[in-house]
Amino acid sequence: MTTRIDTRFAALKKQGRAALVTFITAGDPDFDTSLAILQGLPKAGADVIEIGMPFTDPMADGPAIQASSLRALANGQNMKKTLKLVREFRKTDKETPIVLMGYFNPIYIYGVEAFVTDAKKAGADGLIVVDLPPEHDDELCLPAMKAGLNFIRLATPTTDEARLPRVLTNTSGFVYYVSVLGITGTKAPNLKDVAAKVKRIKAHTTLPVAVGFGVKTAEQAKTIAANADGVVVGSAIVNAVRDTLNKKGEATAKTKKAVLTLVGDIAKGVRAAAAR
Amino acid sequence: MNVNAPNSYRTGPDERGFYGLHGGRFVAETLMPLVLELEQAYRDAKADPAFQSELDSFLEHYVGRPSPLYFAERLTEHLGGAKIYMKRDELNHTGAHKINNVMGQILLARRMGKKRIIAETGAGQHGVATATACARFGLECIIYMGEVDIARQQPNVFRMKLLGAQVVPALSGSRTLKDALNEALRDWVANVEDTFYCIGTVAGPHPYPEMVRDFQSVIGKEAKAQMLKREGRLPDSLVAAIGGGSNAMGLFHPFLDDKDVKIIGVEAAGSGLKSGRHAASITGGKPGVLHGNRTYLLMDDDGQITEAHSISAGLDYPGIGPEHSWLHDMGRVEYVSATDKEALAAFQLCCKLEGIIPALEPSHALAEVMKRAPKLPKDHLMVMNMCGRGDKDIFTVAEHLGVKL
Repeated sequence: MTTRIDTRFAALKKQGRAALVTFITAGDPDFDTSLAILQGLPKAGADVIEIGMPFTDPMADGPAIQASSLRALANGQNMKKTLKLVREFRKTDKETPIVLMGYFNPIYIYGVEAFVTDAKKAGADGLIVVDLPPEHDDELCLPAMKAGLNFIRLATPTTDEARLPRVLTNTSGFVYYVSVLGITGTKAPNLKDVAAKVKRIKAHTTLPVAVGFGVKTAEQAKTIAANADGVVVGSAIVNAVRDTLNKKGEATAKTKKAVLTLVGDIAKGVRAAAAR
Repeated sequence: MNVNAPNSYRTGPDERGFYGLHGGRFVAETLMPLVLELEQAYRDAKADPAFQSELDSFLEHYVGRPSPLYFAERLTEHLGGAKIYMKRDELNHTGAHKINNVMGQILLARRMGKKRIIAETGAGQHGVATATACARFGLECIIYMGEVDIARQQPNVFRMKLLGAQVVPALSGSRTLKDALNEALRDWVANVEDTFYCIGTVAGPHPYPEMVRDFQSVIGKEAKAQMLKREGRLPDSLVAAIGGGSNAMGLFHPFLDDKDVKIIGVEAAGSGLKSGRHAASITGGKPGVLHGNRTYLLMDDDGQITEAHSISAGLDYPGIGPEHSWLHDMGRVEYVSATDKEALAAFQLCCKLEGIIPALEPSHALAEVMKRAPKLPKDHLMVMNMCGRGDKDIFTVAEHLGVKL
């Protein structure tokens, strides 16, 4: 099985540069704005798009993504609408990989079989589900693989040599290396460490390794891009949404533009990294 | 009784941490190595007689165990039926059953060389117990507490501060116990090296539900021995209140294989089950995944967790320990509920008849005792778990009774 994720990383490898992986929360601050942002991301420089499926209790996320999830939920976003967002996006973009990211409960309640089928049909290519370690692969990872979706796993600084092979088993698409100990968007990544960590993971796998958690600037992105196959940016994008809302918490004319400008800047950083 | 009843109800969980459908380890990868390390450390401690003897010594001399099994004579007379005994865990140091578990976990943390302790708290009882044990052993202590709970449990907040703990408000979501748990988990993810997470109830990723149950089982073991000594036989029924379910599990677990003992757990029905404003996860929820385990949860059709409501901050949680969920599925324990109003009435009755000011949590168990006891014969022996004292709740009660303090 080859997904859009595999195809995209292979193509970028040929070009000798890293992928920019961007995260937005589905329905933040409302369905139409997030669709408009989504549609603009590839042109702004996003190579892979992660769409957050909002959840009331995002345990691994910092204040930025917590707030964006609650904004989306308050405006009526739900799992069905998130899949609809993917379908709408696919009408005009057949190439950019889409990864759905979130927590297990909304998927479990949707129904695992129905979800993997509907997600694939909508045009999603992979899943990242934070609270499903490899010990629970039977819950979603195996059904997702069977449905033709990549299951992308997080490796963290606490994942030691002994555990790494277990984390990499059944992982496909790419490996998401969490560069800091902690929740999303709070600490700055340790840039010196990244090259060594990526190398350590690559000793165990041929999959591309993307690095994220705490990447906010083009400069950081550039440094990471020189040492990894992908750079993930999330909280900074979500904060660009927050910073352009009006007093009622609604999107303004600036919202989409602010996000796409930021992504454009970071994309320049990624592309400026030394060819590998 | 369920026709598929197992040979024993006391052998769970399995090696992956499951009790039937429930339990497990639904945590982020960052925490997984820590949870595995904790499990190993707990297995080692459990097998070490020196650990148990140290714990027993602290339970006796510091906590004040065993707690009495008290015959509530006037309440029994008033209700005119079953003979009611109270397991007096409100007499423990810090005023609730929470310290039983905390002593065990803090001794384990010391064994593991952890210097920084974090905990979540709802009513503040687990927070006070944790702050107490940390003060006793000179450990750094950070307590996460929902902003709403901080407002309604001021005396406990001040107690924790006096004991040297830092109380950090959880400002996200419903700003109650579930959010305090989220914040504690987020802290743990960010401070994995030196931090021990002392969970206050029989929930969370495996091995917490099992470990907390084991530490709280001292309640049921004592009650069993005390009842045999007093009455020469086992009780006919047990009644305990359930938020996460640690006091109930502690009382119930040693009796699970005594098939003639009827066991009843009481959830908080808040303003009433039909109102939608309640905390009855089994009666009003369905199985889902939150805080590291699968269990009955309050949620909407999209799998979004909904807010729990109860007059009692300690029961104000949208989930329940996974072993309770399993015992419900198996039909071994009957889960019922009591409303705020019923709990308040039981609270007042207990004050007047027994000279005991109960916490609002066990007042829910008392409310069920009031419904059940009058219909039972006088030789029916009933044990209710008086798991906490009510000093912390007098402001809440005054407000509900329209009294200005």
